[in-house]
Amino acid sequence: MDIAISKTAEITVVKLEGDIDASSALGVQEKVLTLVEQGSKILLDLTLVPYMSSAGLRMLLSLYRHVSAKEGKLVLVGVAEEIKDTMEVTGFLSFFTTCDTLDSGIVALNSA
Amino acid sequence: MERIDIHPTHKHGDFKLRVGRPMPFGASLVPGGVNFSVFSSYATSCTLVLFKRHAKEPMAEIPFPDEFRIGNVFTMTVFEIDYENIEYGYRMDGPFNPDAGHRFDKNKILLDPYAKIIGGRDVWGVTPDWNDIYQHRSRISFDDFDWENDRPLGIPPEDQVIYEMHVRSFTRHPSSGVKHPGTFAGIREKISYFKELGVNAIELMPIYEFDEFEHSRPSPITGELLVNYWGYSTVGFFAPKAGYAATGKLGMQVDEVKALVKELHKNGLEVILDVVFNHTAEGDQRGPTISFRGLDNKTYYMLTPEGYYFNFSGCGNTLNCNNPIVRNIVLDCLRYWASEYHIDGFRFDLAAILGRDALGYPLSNPPLLETLAFDPILAKCKLIAEAWDAGGLYQVGSFPAYGRWAEWNGKYRDNIRKFLKGDATVGDAAQCFQGSPNLYAHQGRGPATSINFITAHDGFTLADLVSYNDKHNEANGENNNDGGNDNDSWNCGAEGWTDDSGINALRSRQMRNAIAMLMVSQGVPMLLMGDEVGRSQNGNNNTYCHDNELNWLNWDLLKTNASLFRFVKNSIAFRNAHPVLRNKYHFQNRDYVGSGYADITWHGTQAWNADWSPSSRTIAFMLCGKHAKAGSVEDNYIYVAINMHWEAHWFEIPGLPEQLRWHVSVNTGCTSPDDIWEPGTEAKLENQHGILLGDRSIVILVGK
Repeated sequence: MDIAISKTAEITVVKLEGDIDASSALGVQEKVLTLVEQGSKILLDLTLVPYMSSAGLRMLLSLYRHVSAKEGKLVLVGVAEEIKDTMEVTGFLSFFTTCDTLDSGIVALNSA
Repeated sequence: MERIDIHPTHKHGDFKLRVGRPMPFGASLVPGGVNFSVFSSYATSCTLVLFKRHAKEPMAEIPFPDEFRIGNVFTMTVFEIDYENIEYGYRMDGPFNPDAGHRFDKNKILLDPYAKIIGGRDVWGVTPDWNDIYQHRSRISFDDFDWENDRPLGIPPEDQVIYEMHVRSFTRHPSSGVKHPGTFAGIREKISYFKELGVNAIELMPIYEFDEFEHSRPSPITGELLVNYWGYSTVGFFAPKAGYAATGKLGMQVDEVKALVKELHKNGLEVILDVVFNHTAEGDQRGPTISFRGLDNKTYYMLTPEGYYFNFSGCGNTLNCNNPIVRNIVLDCLRYWASEYHIDGFRFDLAAILGRDALGYPLSNPPLLETLAFDPILAKCKLIAEAWDAGGLYQVGSFPAYGRWAEWNGKYRDNIRKFLKGDATVGDAAQCFQGSPNLYAHQGRGPATSINFITAHDGFTLADLVSYNDKHNEANGENNNDGGNDNDSWNCGAEGWTDDSGINALRSRQMRNAIAMLMVSQGVPMLLMGDEVGRSQNGNNNTYCHDNELNWLNWDLLKTNASLFRFVKNSIAFRNAHPVLRNKYHFQNRDYVGSGYADITWHGTQAWNADWSPSSRTIAFMLCGKHAKAGSVEDNYIYVAINMHWEAHWFEIPGLPEQLRWHVSVNTGCTSPDDIWEPGTEAKLENQHGILLGDRSIVILVGK
């Protein structure tokens, strides 16, 4: 699991690469949580994540709860079709704003 | 501050251990690891068996040290295990002495009876590896679903309209057009259909993990594999059927079911589960040892003095429900589904068994039924009994209710069917229309005690009820010996499919008559999946083994039988629009609000003069709208005239208070669209004093 972090003026982009399952989810969560501040705008780029297990989806929802608690925003970009479908069927998707591209993700984070 | 119990005290190979906690039973996530807890009254030792997911051989076998045993409970915390990707089971050592009721076999790996996820049949219909040493594999669930502000809906029972359905059958047919056919997710895609139809509760045939390959065999007729399709044979009571989940292959069925329940609740629909606690999938002494038999045979099953299995279920064994330990597991299970899955109610299959003692004798005060009735967690759940069993105990009207239990009213079904086909059973039918006070009123049980149904999964569909005199179960491969023979059905003149337009018109009318009677009866109406579009099973009244079009709902019927669907939809809308049809209390047969009319009055071809004679096939009743819900709300007056005679009859209509006029809501003697009006659009009846009812027809008027 590779995690690359880049910051623009207001937005933190976290690019993940690799499968997210029980063995990697905690590492991702710990890393991203260090970035969460009051009102953070965080974009998770999942374009290079081919698989997320149940633990991976739970990590995402937990992040969402952390970010929301600090009145921040979290947007998911490039979620693979199959993962998105699983998220839909299991109820996870309804919590998230998802975008196809980085640019549209940034637009979503900057909108009110 | 750190708790000291996050530190291991024991080791087994690379596994770090500590004595666990006996409660809760099953496998639970605790800080740093997983707490395992399993009990057996008679085992001498126990070993925890761990597998990597899908692995043929165990990755570890960890015996419980003696100091990890508390009472008869074996309990251990295992630290630092990849709980998402393991499967676990137990080996129990103890006596093999069937005469004394013991059947321990330490060579068998046993499913945890508290397993929340069960692997092994992850995808429906995938042929199992029969050489696998562990067929049904316990897995660990997160149970951390984000419900937001959801909770069970608490719809008053008398306001319910229940839709009985099978998860796979509902959307498996290609015509369903859903993304995930035959699954929980598929149901979610069809929520708008329930709303259009107007039902507000869905009752799912068993969704606890079962094995569709149990007793599977090729059909002697088609060669197609016959399976355990309905699922009335539980493998594990705490786990949803993986093969019903689009995400079963990912082990995410728990979330998929919860997401479905949450979405149904958002749309005003309750969820009732058909639960099978009367027996398990282990069958008799010839059956597989999956869990209970190997854990504590003598505790879990009703055994004969010789150590064989009592068979009050007709399925090989009988769960020993009133044993204190078994009682607790049933209670734990229902509490789990009510609290963790937000389930609104439960329908108990062959519930009379739940009132028998260890030797099968009926108890006057069955502890299990009493416990469930008074349990604080289940306090708002609907509890519905199928109040009979395969051992001849028939308790419709006498099920131990404790003010809580409703019943599938089998007598309603039989009486209405008889009346529908032309038997002169006016008196019995009249009881049915009133919520069966003859069965329930003297015990202080209200109309909603009665779950009214004319058809259910057992028996003919509505279309078949009016198309077949006899069952045609040859496809089940049991020489047509299975399934009930007391169908009270009538084929209207030809057995099965016909191109005779007269017969087809009569069948069409009879289906409408049945629906109309169901929807104007006090109590809780239950509709069988597909009856709203005339689904047929080709005369098969016991399709438990067919994973094919005999069971699957063909959504094209919505077009073919659009007028029937319209009739059913509007009939439900009519019921939902009129509280006077949904009373909480029985009629008093008097005017207690000063309207000048009793709450219910009886009529016939002559107003105010019902014909109760033994040859009568005509009856009419009027409900006074000012008595709706015991006078707490105001409704229209409703007049229902029923002519189940094969000749037309003129019905004289009772008069209304001044300024009110009768309007026609239903006339099954007319063809669509004149058979029913949408509530609120009814046309005024020209002759306010009388109406001609065609042969075998029903008229419903609204006084407003």
